[in-house]
Amino acid sequence: MSEASVAVGGHAAGMMEASPFAIPSKKLVMWLFIISDAVTFGAMLFAYGYVRNASPDWPHPFQFSPSIVNVMLMTFILVTSSLTMLIAVNHAKTGNKSMAMRWTYITVALGLVFAALHIREWMGMIGQGVRPFQNPWGASLFGATFFSITGLHLLHVVGGVIALTVVAMRYGRGRYTGDDIEIWGLYWHFVDLVWMFVVPLVYLLNVAR
Amino acid sequence: MSEVSSHAVQHQAPTGFIRKHVFSLDHKVIGKQYYALALVAVVTGMMLSWLMRIHLVWPNAPIPGLHFLSKAGAPGNVMTPEFYLSLMTMHGTLMVFFVLTNAPFAAFGNYFLPIQIGAEDMAFPRFNMMSFWTTFLAFVVLMAAFFVPDGPPIAGWTAYAPLSAVGGDAGPGEALGQTLWGVSIFIFCIASLLGALNFIATTLDLRAKGMTLMRMPICTWAWFITSCISLLAFAVLMPACLLLILDRVAGTSFFIPSNLVISDRLQPHSGGSPLLWQHLFWFFGHPEVYIAILPAMGIVSHILINSMRKPLLSAKVIIYCMMGIGFMSYMVWGHHMFVSGMNPFSSLAFSFPTLMITIPATLMTLIWLGSLYGSKLRITAASLFALGFLSMFVSGGVSGFFLAQPAIDIYLHATYFVVGHFHMVMGVAAIFGVFAGTYFWFPKMTGHMMSESLGKLHFWGTFIGTYCIFMPFHYLGLAGNVRRYSAFTDDFLVPLIPLHKFITYAALFTGAVQLIFLFNLVYSRFKGAPAPDNPWECTSLEWTMPSPPPFDNFGGKHPVVYHDPYQYGMTNAAGGDYIMQTSPEASPTGD
Repeated sequence: MSEASVAVGGHAAGMMEASPFAIPSKKLVMWLFIISDAVTFGAMLFAYGYVRNASPDWPHPFQFSPSIVNVMLMTFILVTSSLTMLIAVNHAKTGNKSMAMRWTYITVALGLVFAALHIREWMGMIGQGVRPFQNPWGASLFGATFFSITGLHLLHVVGGVIALTVVAMRYGRGRYTGDDIEIWGLYWHFVDLVWMFVVPLVYLLNVAR
Repeated sequence: MSEVSSHAVQHQAPTGFIRKHVFSLDHKVIGKQYYALALVAVVTGMMLSWLMRIHLVWPNAPIPGLHFLSKAGAPGNVMTPEFYLSLMTMHGTLMVFFVLTNAPFAAFGNYFLPIQIGAEDMAFPRFNMMSFWTTFLAFVVLMAAFFVPDGPPIAGWTAYAPLSAVGGDAGPGEALGQTLWGVSIFIFCIASLLGALNFIATTLDLRAKGMTLMRMPICTWAWFITSCISLLAFAVLMPACLLLILDRVAGTSFFIPSNLVISDRLQPHSGGSPLLWQHLFWFFGHPEVYIAILPAMGIVSHILINSMRKPLLSAKVIIYCMMGIGFMSYMVWGHHMFVSGMNPFSSLAFSFPTLMITIPATLMTLIWLGSLYGSKLRITAASLFALGFLSMFVSGGVSGFFLAQPAIDIYLHATYFVVGHFHMVMGVAAIFGVFAGTYFWFPKMTGHMMSESLGKLHFWGTFIGTYCIFMPFHYLGLAGNVRRYSAFTDDFLVPLIPLHKFITYAALFTGAVQLIFLFNLVYSRFKGAPAPDNPWECTSLEWTMPSPPPFDNFGGKHPVVYHDPYQYGMTNAAGGDYIMQTSPEASPTGD
């Protein structure tokens, strides 16, 4: 029995003051983490905007094909994975364990495809000569901001893939409940949401003219 | 979040030494660990400040044994100007992160927040243990800078770029030392974020029956608001450190402009902005000031109410003021940057909220002073330090009004005026809160009373000593004495050297007085008189349990709370002048 469920148990038995948000502690902590992490991404994007505005020769290297097509594909996959995550959470809520696990694993698979496409894109960029400290087109910070922002996001995707796998396995073995699927679903949607800021700011602003 | 420990049935304390004292999940042990770490850090930081003070007034005098600390930094035991800056950087970093953040917030918060709300532990004990050991790792990484070849960094605790970003060309300590600094603070951010998540979840979810939010003691509120501030502040410092480390090891140039020549070498960087570091750093740095001071405000309010034997004029207003300060702390960071070359219109925009934030701070001070008026204060070491806090907060806060205005700040910014200001209002005031908390809660934490007479002696020595150190700083600053200079022997500041000597003597004296405190701490721990359950006749939940509290706090029971913690100045059933929060008897005030 976890601490979080102690709190819930206490609440159920009326021995404790009700939580103002009426959600389990674990879910509250996930929401708090999301707030904090959103601020972290906000700081990264602020730094990006700051140096981008300060650079007169900011490069616009992204061609519609292949770069933007690839990004659209990645976006489609990530948004779809949010949908499959929703399906998994719905099944977990109704107690359909095998379906919840199956859809979580599908989400994981989509996350892996996203990561693979992203790494392929990175390799392409590196092949064109983009480095954190230089690139063939202009302001040297282009590579630094591109790799650090998309890298941080990729790290979150990979972290989410690992976490969802572990949670689904433990859910299958009965150590975790459907709540845990939902809590990590929140995280997954957040990673998706961050991407919705990364795409316009990092890619679409820098489309070749 | 594999929080699948058997905590619910963990009513038996662990018996092994490692589980009990080292990797303990018990919030009380973790609180003491934070306190011990802060103690080590504060002693180290204070000794560094003595070395700096001695060097300032006798710049060519050898300090015996100094070359053990750094061969290059002290040839023939004489401190080099660069090594002075290294010591200053380490002093600031240790004090701000490992003392002012750890002692009032993490140490006392860990120990007393769960108890004061009637919980048997934090919401996530395993997270809690990780927070401490991650903090400890950050401390080890920082201290490692003393042992690398080029020594600790020289960029100050604010690590201003480009000095902090370009690497070894910028001077001693800027090669590996500064990288260790960045890594250490990055790790510290992770630890603080973990801690903040845990504090918030605990406060919201684990309150005993009847402990509504408004019935929580003011210090619980302060820890809660502080954790909300840390949750957002450290979330910005963390990526800032990441970018700084990238600049240093991956060749990026976030904080390094083009065409920068340092040590006769054109730096291979282009396009970055040193101002960006200042923006990111101070977006964290200003809330950090309140992370240090809010818990002290809470602790002091708690102790004052108890010593006055009557409630504050308004506890609610104090709580709302702390919330207001917490919220506004994110809108004022630019007042650290008036002289940075930032657009002067931005200075105006940051000056206004900076003056606004003095309103809740002033309101709180007025409530404390107004409540003290006419009260029969019980004079103890704890209440003396609480009064000392008020004095320091007012004295240090008043100079804040000057610094908030760009026109005045431009003259004062890089002088000792600022050093005096923040040492009093953030450093000494917060430390006084910690001292007050220590004298107040030591009986509960150890089961032994501290010596009151030694405590009062310690107070008067520290109070007079710190005023003698930091009040003259303001005068030095007005006289144009710049900060961060390692010596003033050959310029217009020579006439100020006698005053500097006085300050150095005062610093050594104040440091010596702290030995009384350390002695009191160790002696009372073993030989102090046994502490009763409630020696101060206080109303909050920690005083309902034995001293020291048992492993599971309330013996597996959930306490029930009937009152707010301000039930003083009436007659209870047993003839006392207070009603415990857990006492079911009716209160005349109806709360």
